[in-house]
Amino acid sequence: MCCVLLTTALFSKAQTPRLGKVLEPAALSNFDLIAAPDGSGLPAGNGTAAQGKLVYETQCQVCHGAGGEGNGSANRLVGGDMQSDDAPIRTVGSFWPHATTLFDYVRRAMPATAPKSLSNTEVYQVIAYVLHLNGLVGLNDVVDQRSLLKIKMPNSEGFIDSSNIR
Amino acid sequence: MTKFPLQSQDSALTESLEPSAANGLINRRQLLSLSLKSATLAGTASILNSAASAQSSGLEIPAWSKTPGRGASDYGSPSSFTTAKRMSGNPNPFYPGGGASRSPLHQLQGSITPSGLHFERHHAGIPAIDPAGHKLVINGLVNRPLSFDYEDLLQYPMISRVHFLECSGNSGALFGNDAPDGSAQSIHGLVSCSEWTGIKLSSLLEEAGINPSATWISAVGADAASMGRSLPLDKALDDVMLALFQNGEPLRPEQGYPMRLFVPGWEGNVSVKWLTQLKLTSAPSQFRDETSKYTDTLKNRKSRQFSFPMDVKSIITSPSGQMKLSRQGVYELSGIAWSGGGRITQVEVSADGGKTWAMAEIDSQLGEKALARFRIPWDWTGGEAVLQSRATDSNGIVQPTRDALIAAKNQINYRPFYHYNAIQSWAVNRTGEVSNVYA
Repeated sequence: MCCVLLTTALFSKAQTPRLGKVLEPAALSNFDLIAAPDGSGLPAGNGTAAQGKLVYETQCQVCHGAGGEGNGSANRLVGGDMQSDDAPIRTVGSFWPHATTLFDYVRRAMPATAPKSLSNTEVYQVIAYVLHLNGLVGLNDVVDQRSLLKIKMPNSEGFIDSSNIR
Repeated sequence: MTKFPLQSQDSALTESLEPSAANGLINRRQLLSLSLKSATLAGTASILNSAASAQSSGLEIPAWSKTPGRGASDYGSPSSFTTAKRMSGNPNPFYPGGGASRSPLHQLQGSITPSGLHFERHHAGIPAIDPAGHKLVINGLVNRPLSFDYEDLLQYPMISRVHFLECSGNSGALFGNDAPDGSAQSIHGLVSCSEWTGIKLSSLLEEAGINPSATWISAVGADAASMGRSLPLDKALDDVMLALFQNGEPLRPEQGYPMRLFVPGWEGNVSVKWLTQLKLTSAPSQFRDETSKYTDTLKNRKSRQFSFPMDVKSIITSPSGQMKLSRQGVYELSGIAWSGGGRITQVEVSADGGKTWAMAEIDSQLGEKALARFRIPWDWTGGEAVLQSRATDSNGIVQPTRDALIAAKNQINYRPFYHYNAIQSWAVNRTGEVSNVYA
């Protein structure tokens, strides 16, 4: 009875058993896949569009179409213009505000049938190719954790944070 | 056409009722007081339950009353005679895991959605997670990055809350210029409501020790898409929970087993399923699903992101689109109302397309940001009707008409798609067919 009362008193103060196990930062090097606009989480490695063309053609083209033009089964990746009077076509090039999101998303979720099957090098290569198709890097420009942060996406000023609007 | 599945009632007895709004709506209190004035409880029973015609043939004992039935089972399932099913869209053959299914709102009652009929939305299918191999990591701007095992989390103090969950794309088809022929399920079925049980997220974050510079938190799932969303830390510390149980049992795989984030009142996508990582940050991580998707492009071509709360909304579920009224007489109109801003304080119902309104009874409301079930009697005398419901929440926010919502969105939005919450109109024609209309 005493024990029961003691337990109740502890939990009533919203105390918890504190069973979390402390992690060393290195323990998450293969687990934390978040690559953020501040550059955190971008791994070592690099690639060029020239290298990424083959990755794209073997891993991406079946859904995203030749040259990123789309083929109806997945989003078009190339072209579009948010400022046109016609329907804005929202692609990586016209819409996505951060180049880091391209690395983050491809590494965590693509290709859709085998996510996380690409090496970090292959991810750098293939995103370099998609950025190249959008005219944002040259065919032989090296894309890595530093140069990716210097790419200004055309729609980088195009988003409004509504999180404070209630 | 689905037959409108309500008990038969006698319209003749209601003719002397004073209507509470035009075209047949009857205030439930008026119905009750008239019954009491007519002096007998039998009067009430006859209004509500009397059969339309007498049964002349003799009733027989049915076969199932003459043979012992099957024994007890490990896990129950619905009667084979019931038909409530989720409705799935056409999966993309290249990407079958990226689909959704919708709750059969027109076949459900009360405020709780059965777990097996809760709507689904997946971005890379439903992972088969062995909880023994699943970790929940809290890292980033914390004093101690921590990893939690499922069995350990089960030992934490828990809370239970009833909350709705709604996809921000729910009802989005109604932004189109032409009213689609649809049902409550096909149009509005991306909303459901459950009792969720789990651990207050604040207690887990405090165990890790929150760095004062943390303002956002990124949540990542263990599905093949590793779906990620960012949300403000103040919300995470307010009423967000790590949900482990749904309607009393461990989460179903399609709802995030063994654990999910649950973010009350906000668009469903941020309640990340199969939760495996919470990273405290000083800015959003800008995931694909908060930039390329789940954002609203405005006319000036800027796009709003992080528009989280779901607005006040209601729909009549009985009767609703693609049903058919099988007889004239008194029906019970019934539906659901909810708001991401708090409680539902009133629901009004109109049978004449919004010209006159009657107050519905809120029959069941199990908490803040939960579905409320409303009901009101309605006498259908065979004419045309347009049935509508209009909810008000505890902030005094009133559900808008479609015209008002479209006008407001069109002022600023380019082709709005997410966060549709306008008043739903169901037209009843002279043959009793119910269809979705804009009115």
